[in-house]
Amino acid sequence: MTVAQLAHRGVPLRLEGLSKRFGSVQALRALDLEIETGELVAFLGPSGCGKTTTLLLIAGIYRATEGAIFFGDARIDALHPRQRDVGMVFQSYALYPHLSLYENIAFPLRLKRTPRDELKRRVEQAAELLGISEQLGRRPSQVSGGQQQRAALARALVKEPRVLLLDEPLSNLDAQIRLHARGEIRRLQQELGITSVLVTHDQSEALAMADRVAVFKEGVLLQYARSEELYERPADTFVAQFVGHPPMNVMPGRVENGTFIGDGFGAPVPPSCPAGDVSVGIRPEDAQVGGDLEAQVLVIEPLGREFLVTCRLGGETVQVLSRSRPEADATGRIGLHFPVERLHVFDDAGRRIAT
Amino acid sequence: MLRPKNWPLWLGLIALLSLPIIAGYAWLVVGSFNERVHGVVPVGDWSIENWRFLWERVGRRPPVWTVLVNTLMLAGGVAALVVAVSSMAAYAISRLHFPGRGVMLGLVLVLHAFPAVSLLIASFYVLVRLGLFDTLLGVILVMSAFLMPLGVWLLKGFFDGLSWEMEMAALVDGASRWTIFFRLALPLVAPGLFAVATFSFLVAWGEFILPYTFIVSGRTWTFSIYLQSLIGDTEMADYGRLAAVGLFYMLPAVVVFLLGQRYLLTMYSGGSKG
Repeated sequence: MTVAQLAHRGVPLRLEGLSKRFGSVQALRALDLEIETGELVAFLGPSGCGKTTTLLLIAGIYRATEGAIFFGDARIDALHPRQRDVGMVFQSYALYPHLSLYENIAFPLRLKRTPRDELKRRVEQAAELLGISEQLGRRPSQVSGGQQQRAALARALVKEPRVLLLDEPLSNLDAQIRLHARGEIRRLQQELGITSVLVTHDQSEALAMADRVAVFKEGVLLQYARSEELYERPADTFVAQFVGHPPMNVMPGRVENGTFIGDGFGAPVPPSCPAGDVSVGIRPEDAQVGGDLEAQVLVIEPLGREFLVTCRLGGETVQVLSRSRPEADATGRIGLHFPVERLHVFDDAGRRIAT
Repeated sequence: MLRPKNWPLWLGLIALLSLPIIAGYAWLVVGSFNERVHGVVPVGDWSIENWRFLWERVGRRPPVWTVLVNTLMLAGGVAALVVAVSSMAAYAISRLHFPGRGVMLGLVLVLHAFPAVSLLIASFYVLVRLGLFDTLLGVILVMSAFLMPLGVWLLKGFFDGLSWEMEMAALVDGASRWTIFFRLALPLVAPGLFAVATFSFLVAWGEFILPYTFIVSGRTWTFSIYLQSLIGDTEMADYGRLAAVGLFYMLPAVVVFLLGQRYLLTMYSGGSKG
């Protein structure tokens, strides 16, 4: 299938005040979100945060308790899944085990009563696009996990959907194939220009693949931003610690006279920082070894390119990434430095304070 | 395979315990092809005299081929009806949320525990009222009703093993519930369907009380009635002929069992392979 044949059917996707309750459980709370045509947005969060619920609402598997879903200008949240024109890849791939890969990919077309010639052509093109032409005669259980994943993607794309939904499509793959598939899906998505939603709990996957990332927690959207911004300016302490690996060090304390007073240590903060109870965060790669904050080294883990140093600073456990193995003194102490311009400051409710 | 050290001993014990049954089958075979037997030892000449019922009517009884067709229709009808209805019921109970689902599951189980015989009179009245007394259809309906609970419970286990994500995928692909049921769910629980069909067929094939109660006229006789008529009644029982009819009655059941036994085995593993 040449890319052009499949492409240009993407639409902008808009969610307005979308809520979903299961009995007494509020799975999703008043979500507002817009996705532009051809954009890939990642829904990121721990399990049970509402990201998969949102995806299934878009697909039409669940019915929203409140709110609306728009594809372009058309409101679609009352439509049956078959009328929504979405393609979806599931975590388990959800291929039909008794059908060959060919019949799996052909299934959505058969339901649409596609003429036989066209069906054959489109199935073969989709298979070629994903490099599984040789495996079409086999059943899902007779091909590798990576090929199953490709078949699931081919099945989702063969009907030329307006929106592509990906529910943890990579989590069942081996680590090596996963990196490869990640790039593959992104490339395909960009070439097809198809509006896509990727659900994942893996922050590195979200940052690497998505144009924008929506971080969820307990049914609430915490932050919706480009990868860089999410990383540079997390909206609250949850996002700060969920995005980035190893996670940001977040230390509660208070600010007095331009100095942060934590649990057993003090460090300068930006002058614009208001006084009062705050939390201060610093990413392990931003903290530096060699400074006047005295810390006790607990563990040094060589990661290859750098060293992950876990140490005790006052009452806090702090992780620092260091280019070289830090030289501790006889009592196992090192000095740390937190560059003022790299500090993140959060108020006592955990929300970011602009500094 | 597990093979204990003293397996010849165990095998011997099993053979010993099975002896009465083996002797029974031996008597059927030997007795049906001999003029006279003492136990399982033939004393007369070998003959096919006992098999005359195949081409001659016995007394005023219906021809055996009519009886065979009737029994096949009864067993086949029961198997088909039980599979058709219990597969749909089991799918609904396994997959759909509707009011009274839990109650229904419980009731189905209670029905299964009910001895069919205790409802014999009630069934009789229902059939008479419906004008289905003395018809094969009537017996098929009653038998199917008694076998249904087991079918529903078994098939529910099979349907429970199917992945939800697969059904969601099918919905997104544009399938309706019916499409999912017929094109995805049913083929995937085929072993369960065959198991229930085989089991129902065999039970209906061997059933005596229901046909005996609900069928009067010879043209709708089934095998168990035919066999019973050879034992009791006014004339002396012809044991050679009895053995031949018994053997003949057994054959289709053996064939069905051999064809269906591997599915019957999956019945007890609950269809977890899905």
